[in-house]
Amino acid sequence: MSSFQSSSSLNTKVVKKLTALIIDDDIVVRMVPKELLRKFGVETHEAKNDQEAVHAHHNCACFDMIMMDLDMPVMNSRQATKELRDMHVDSLIVEMTSRKKEEEEKSFMDVGLDYYYQKPLTIDVVRDLVEKIKENA
Amino acid sequence: MEQIQRKLAEYTASLYNEKILDEQFIQLQQLQDESNPDFVVEVVSLFFEDSERLLNELAKALNQTNVDFKKLDANVHQLKGSSSSIGAQRVQRVCISFRNYCDDRNVEGCLKCLQQVKIEYTLVKNKLETLFKLEKQFVDAGGSFPVV
Repeated sequence: MSSFQSSSSLNTKVVKKLTALIIDDDIVVRMVPKELLRKFGVETHEAKNDQEAVHAHHNCACFDMIMMDLDMPVMNSRQATKELRDMHVDSLIVEMTSRKKEEEEKSFMDVGLDYYYQKPLTIDVVRDLVEKIKENA
Repeated sequence: MEQIQRKLAEYTASLYNEKILDEQFIQLQQLQDESNPDFVVEVVSLFFEDSERLLNELAKALNQTNVDFKKLDANVHQLKGSSSSIGAQRVQRVCISFRNYCDDRNVEGCLKCLQQVKIEYTLVKNKLETLFKLEKQFVDAGGSFPVV
């Protein structure tokens, strides 16, 4: 390798690993998205509820994608989405839900939800999401 | 080895036919590979631990004079989510009814569901333990997955 390569031809850009925050109250539930995302090279972090996630962001954590479960108790997911957007969090925010109501989807879109998927999370959905994260970056 | 393979295939098929497991379990198996060779056993073991903890919490909550339905519902929600994640369809279905009784604040209904969910959990636990034993016998006899 030539030692006279100019910096513009050297790959000085560090390839940033994609990161995702998975929010769900149950450890077993978090394992499936965690493994699916890992297969696509995404580094995953976990939070038990929306409150923990918002708290992490107050402490300057930053993720390319945030996955929430719409059906969770504790903090209302709609409220958490709004709060994160109000903090200028520009991660891709994705909701996983078992509910089928379209109104729910619409009510979340207006507070800054990016995408809404039906559970269970499948490899095709994850592939799609990883593409979207890259577009969003 | 062929005999074990056939036994394993038949046993696996019965789990799906009896709706003890659903397609989500297949998803778990598909996630297992050389980079994570024990994934299924790990997730299922965690499910057993998690469920036993949740079932204890549910029993405790229903034993109170003033039942905390919000706490009860939160625990049933967790159990519903985790059973759904591993494909334990029958456990998940009882959890759906259980949550409805929680919404209605119906203690009797909740107690019935707790009994039912314990039965379904015990069933899926026994079935999965047997499945893992059969899979181990298959591997020990020289077999490898995926089984066609």
